[in-house]
Amino acid sequence: MILTKAQYDEIAQCLVSVPPTRQSLRKLKQRFPSQSQATLLSIFSQEYQKHIKRTHAKHHTSEAIESYYQRYLNGVGRNGAAPVLLELANEVDYAPSLMARIILERFLQEHEETPPSKSVINSMLRDPSQIPDGVLANQVYQCIVNDCCYGPLVDCIKHAIGHEHEVLLRDMLLEKNLSFLDEDQLRAKGYDKTPDFILQVPVAVEGHIIHWIESKASFGDECSHQAYLHDQFWSYWNRFGPGLVIYWYGFIQELDCNRERGILLKACFPTDIVTLCHSVA
Amino acid sequence: MAAVLESLLREEVSVAAAVRWIARSAQSSEDDPGEAAALSSLRPLRKEFVPFLLNFLREQSSRVLPQGPPTPAKAPGSSAALPGRPGGPPRGGRGARSQLFPPTESSSAAAAEAPSARRGGRRRGPGPGRERGGRGPGGLEEGVGGESQLWPGGRRSRGSGSPGSPSLVRSDPPNLSNLEEFPPVGSVPPGPAGTKPSRRINPTPVSEERSLSKPKTCFTSPPINCVPSSQPSVPDTSPWGHGLPPGCRSLQEEREMLRKERSKQLQQSPSTTCATSELGPPLPSWTGNLTAESADPARVSSRQRLELIALVYSSCIAENLVPNLFLELFFVLQLLTARRMVATKDGDLEPSPGAPDSLESPLFQSVHDCVFFAVQVLEHQFQVLSYLDKGTLKLLAENERLLCFSPALQGRLRAAYEGSVAKVSLAMPPSAQAVSFQPETDNRANFSSDRAFHTFKKQRDVFFEVLREWEDRHEEPGWDFEKGLGSRIRAMMGQLSAACSHSHFVRLFQKQLLQMCQSPGGTGGTVLGEAPDVLSMLGADKLGRLRRLQERLVAPQSSGGPCPPPTFPGCQGFFRDFILSASSFQFNQHLMDSLSLKIRELNSLALPQPEPSDEDGESDVDWQGERRQFAMVLLSLRLLAKFLGFVAFLPYRGPEPPPTRELQDSILALRSQVPPALDVRALLQQGLRARRAVLTVPWLVEFLSLADHIVPLLDYYRSIFTVLLHLHRSLVLSKESEGEMCFLNKLLLLAVLGWLFQIPTVPEDLFFLEEGQLDALEVDTVASELGLDGMPVVDQHLLYTCCPYIGELRKLLASWVSGSSGRSGGFVRKITPTTTTGLGAQPPRTSQGLQAQLAQAFFHNQPPSLRRTVEFVAERIGSNCVKHIKATLVADLVSQAESLLQEQLVTQGQDGGDPAQLLEILCSQLCPHGAQALTQGREFCQKKSPGAVRALLPEETPAAVLSSAENIAVGLATEKACTWLSANITALIRREVKAAVSRTLRAQGPEAAARGERRGCSRACEHHAPLPSHLISEIKDVLSLAVGPRDPEEGVSPDHLEQLLGQLGQTLQCRQFLCPPAEQHLAKCSVDLASLLVADHIPVLGPPSPRGLERGQARRLLHVLLSLWKDDFQVPVPLQLLLSPRNVGLLADTRPREWDLLLFLLRELVEKGLMGRTEIEDCLGSLRDAQWPKDFSEELATLFHLFLAEPHRPEPQLRACELVQTNRGTVLAQS
Repeated sequence: MILTKAQYDEIAQCLVSVPPTRQSLRKLKQRFPSQSQATLLSIFSQEYQKHIKRTHAKHHTSEAIESYYQRYLNGVGRNGAAPVLLELANEVDYAPSLMARIILERFLQEHEETPPSKSVINSMLRDPSQIPDGVLANQVYQCIVNDCCYGPLVDCIKHAIGHEHEVLLRDMLLEKNLSFLDEDQLRAKGYDKTPDFILQVPVAVEGHIIHWIESKASFGDECSHQAYLHDQFWSYWNRFGPGLVIYWYGFIQELDCNRERGILLKACFPTDIVTLCHSVA
Repeated sequence: MAAVLESLLREEVSVAAAVRWIARSAQSSEDDPGEAAALSSLRPLRKEFVPFLLNFLREQSSRVLPQGPPTPAKAPGSSAALPGRPGGPPRGGRGARSQLFPPTESSSAAAAEAPSARRGGRRRGPGPGRERGGRGPGGLEEGVGGESQLWPGGRRSRGSGSPGSPSLVRSDPPNLSNLEEFPPVGSVPPGPAGTKPSRRINPTPVSEERSLSKPKTCFTSPPINCVPSSQPSVPDTSPWGHGLPPGCRSLQEEREMLRKERSKQLQQSPSTTCATSELGPPLPSWTGNLTAESADPARVSSRQRLELIALVYSSCIAENLVPNLFLELFFVLQLLTARRMVATKDGDLEPSPGAPDSLESPLFQSVHDCVFFAVQVLEHQFQVLSYLDKGTLKLLAENERLLCFSPALQGRLRAAYEGSVAKVSLAMPPSAQAVSFQPETDNRANFSSDRAFHTFKKQRDVFFEVLREWEDRHEEPGWDFEKGLGSRIRAMMGQLSAACSHSHFVRLFQKQLLQMCQSPGGTGGTVLGEAPDVLSMLGADKLGRLRRLQERLVAPQSSGGPCPPPTFPGCQGFFRDFILSASSFQFNQHLMDSLSLKIRELNSLALPQPEPSDEDGESDVDWQGERRQFAMVLLSLRLLAKFLGFVAFLPYRGPEPPPTRELQDSILALRSQVPPALDVRALLQQGLRARRAVLTVPWLVEFLSLADHIVPLLDYYRSIFTVLLHLHRSLVLSKESEGEMCFLNKLLLLAVLGWLFQIPTVPEDLFFLEEGQLDALEVDTVASELGLDGMPVVDQHLLYTCCPYIGELRKLLASWVSGSSGRSGGFVRKITPTTTTGLGAQPPRTSQGLQAQLAQAFFHNQPPSLRRTVEFVAERIGSNCVKHIKATLVADLVSQAESLLQEQLVTQGQDGGDPAQLLEILCSQLCPHGAQALTQGREFCQKKSPGAVRALLPEETPAAVLSSAENIAVGLATEKACTWLSANITALIRREVKAAVSRTLRAQGPEAAARGERRGCSRACEHHAPLPSHLISEIKDVLSLAVGPRDPEEGVSPDHLEQLLGQLGQTLQCRQFLCPPAEQHLAKCSVDLASLLVADHIPVLGPPSPRGLERGQARRLLHVLLSLWKDDFQVPVPLQLLLSPRNVGLLADTRPREWDLLLFLLRELVEKGLMGRTEIEDCLGSLRDAQWPKDFSEELATLFHLFLAEPHRPEPQLRACELVQTNRGTVLAQS
């Protein structure tokens, strides 16, 4: 699913201030029936994350936290079963899971002597049963299961997707009989930066030599691609030479501009692979 | 001096005697006594003869080549005699440099005490102008040179209008900023300058002439004012390495332009002039007008005189009495291609046939004379010519003048052309990539701390980022290295705190330098990131290749005349600027260390050994490889040495020599204390002794070419120059005796040395002044041994690669053909080597004992390839052996350590005690096993080496030779491996065990349990199960629907739920895509789902059952879940969450409350052994602590009792429970 910049912009335009709920996703799918759901979800998630990054700070001022907490307390005071926290998050345009974290942190500060450690909070978010207050536990749980961009469940899904695509890629490499070293093997050897796979014998894809393949189970938009280039792809190039990045959920066509330089983008496993022929013995 | 020439012309002295006289101070017995007498009277002047001759020729030719003497030799005598020279205002082109050789009057004294005399001579020509000539910023390597043809003659600064004719000379001093001297527009310039109106607007014959052969402008100097400012990118401190200023050309023209500028803008600054002149010298736009005068042998005047002088001149060239062979050839070719004679205005320049045999009349009275003289010289120099590249030979052979004047020579040239294979190809530059990461040198173990490791990781990335940016932008106008990248580079260097990090970075830097710049044409833009050549091998990138070829053909040529100043072309510019911008003392020091080490290593590399004299076809094949390897090593050495010179002399580098003698003396005193960065003198002497001059001298020249002005005056370096001069003199090309250096080897050395003698920082008079000491200095070469010098290691390709300026000859000839002064720049391209294969590994130095001597002896009479093969095999097998031991023995020990550690942890409880102590215990148990490494290593080498040797040697190798070779390989490999192993095995085991211990201890964390024993999918599995991510996502949707909020029409169909659980079962059975975290989340979600089922919280889709799931359906689903938990999950399922207050609390919200499903679930859990009774009891017990509504607490208590009261066979009770399912009170009633 390779989109032009214009197509991408059209989709991104529709995502401005849309809450990260399953309802929003459903509407998005109806709006762009021709795009794959996974691509849409990936774009949505990335756009939303950009939005959250931009607005993150204003939700973390002590005034904001205090005001949210009071609203939460008032809300559950009136009706503990109502989706107080979720609605609060949607109202102030913040991710429900992150709102849950803010309130939980604030709650624990009030009820425990020592400020809660990050790991305690993470653990409570993973398993709200550990939250000492039953009402809050339910509210937090509700936020987490209703958030499709943040939260431990979403993180797990993303992780699983990434892993699955690596496995898929590995299978394809095996099927093509291309020998490789995977990340774990590379790490064991002490490589400081490790792509998903390094080909032991380079191949040419669409006429470009590649030495390594990186699998990205997401959509390649400008923002994430730049970050990946800087943190990963160029670093791989610096160590292993040119390589291939597969954005399984597509990418913006215009970003595939470093082919000559040695970074090739694809949205699927390439078909045009040329391997080094062994010389006539 | 003229007297000598006169006496020659009068035939009082024979040419041979004269040349002998010049070449050696002592008279030889061959000399005729009469001749000797004639010459001995002139003895004090002996040294000055050659400079006199060269300058004489240059001056004589000035009317043919009117734009200043084309070749940078100017007679001291004549110009010194000119009025107004010394002490005049700065005259750009006419500093001391304007003479090839210093004024004569000082030279006899100078011979005695050279430095002072030289300094004196130098001071007379004030620095700026002459320095400008040499090293203008924005020089060739900046890529500006293409159009503007910055001929480096400026170094030898000649005023453009100084063709020896007094009238022109007088008009020469170009103080451009002097308004009086250069009156504003319109006013007719006084004096002869007026005879040269603006060339562009109204070409006169004169201007036509000068435009004819562009190279002529090359020897003119740039205006003094045109100094660095025009290129802001150049750090002020180091004008080094930058080529000529773009505006480098005739002063006359500068004046013209200046005048024009002034007419427009009164307050024009000199630098603007410079900027204007960047447009380059005017391209001949009136080529049609350029018909050259035809030369006719019949019209040559005073043949005899010309022949004689040609002979003397040729003899001087042949005896290497001239500093630069190729410069003289260039001059001669200029004469050959002279277009026409300048119309002379002075009567005294008229041919005076009355005195043909004196020097009174001009030597060259017409173009015919010039051509005749040139052809005469070329005839004498045929041997050198025949070794030039094919293209040059072709142009020479096709030259109609040459054919006309000497059909014989033309015939020989044609034959040479036809027989020549010296095609200097337009090979693609090797595509460079980033230096690859090598775990052996780059992994964590090579760093002192994690921090250093990570810092270096970042630095590598920043370095390449900077490199990429440079690539993209350095050709953009206005882009500036320092401004664009300087701060980033310094920030990066600032992080290199530990010495070890510096060495890592330097290694990266040096490797990248070698990768990118080994070819002189390492042309920035095209090299990096380019599809590697293997692509074209694969036939995949034909278009790209074509494109690159095209780029190359249209790219500006960056050659800079027959003796360009040292430059950093292409990618080298990046590395130079990087060093400058980094301005890090530590970095420079480490870089020097590293470069020195590498130079020593490569310089001593065992290169082709002498073959047995009977050369057959086979060894010829070998020679291809030998030559290639030699070329690789030589080019690498030159590059490294150039950068070493650059860095080593960087602190002393200045735009000009010290202004006063006192200052200079004090600097000398200081500098003589400083030991050289690399003992190049020792290496030179070794090189000469071992007859490896052909390898050592070219890189030494690169090193010295970047020296500062003081260096040649230091005793240490003076002695080097003396040796080099001696060597230069000894490389007589015509000598071809046994044990002589090969012709092309000599030619290479002559070319590089000749070039060195023209470098601005090398005192111009050095070449002639040192001569006196030469005889005293004899280098004791071990003549018996035939070293590299006697091997045909140099071919034309390498010669032209090292000395691209030789290509100027071809360009000159081509411009004659095209009449366009080579403006297209298309014919002479840079030459790049075709191979990128790495340098051969240095053979192990293990020669000890008799066995080693025997082995040496064995190799002595075998082809060198045998030795290389054996050494190579030994080196590799030894190295593989170590790797093999690591992978087997050490790995076994590590796994033993792991199991020992596990035992330890079991016996000592979870944390197992102090890790350091644990490590000690383990190591003390395991390290003794390291001793096995030696035995195993020996076995390995024994097993592997012979096969490798056999595979690499020719089939026909005699059995005895083969088995000896095998044995030696085994021995060497074993020695290498065992030496390493015995020294390092204990440390290696320790390191690996330590890593294993920390790995194991880390694995003790909470994650460890989850990893447990894992089953894979069944063999028949085709991995078509739904993906875990999909399932988590689906279940999450159900959970969110159940938890709400939801729209009224939203819900889940029971079928969907059943399907979902079915899919979950499939996914759990196919483990292909499942990773532990995903499985854990699935387990937890399934528990959450069960709780929602129990509490009847799943909203069912559609009207029929608005309440929820039917009990039967719910129970069925719970059954499925129970079986998944029991059979399919491989991670622990958090079943206790079923009884967490939150999940049980869900029941509190339902009205009426229904407990039967919970009770059913609890019983099934116990039944299936998923939870123990006591475990459930504990959970139920703790539930009571939570705060509940009163009625809920009561019901909960009842459930608790009910569960406790149940017998261990729960089936009948289940029925009983069902009886009361509609009434919440009934459960309690039963109790």
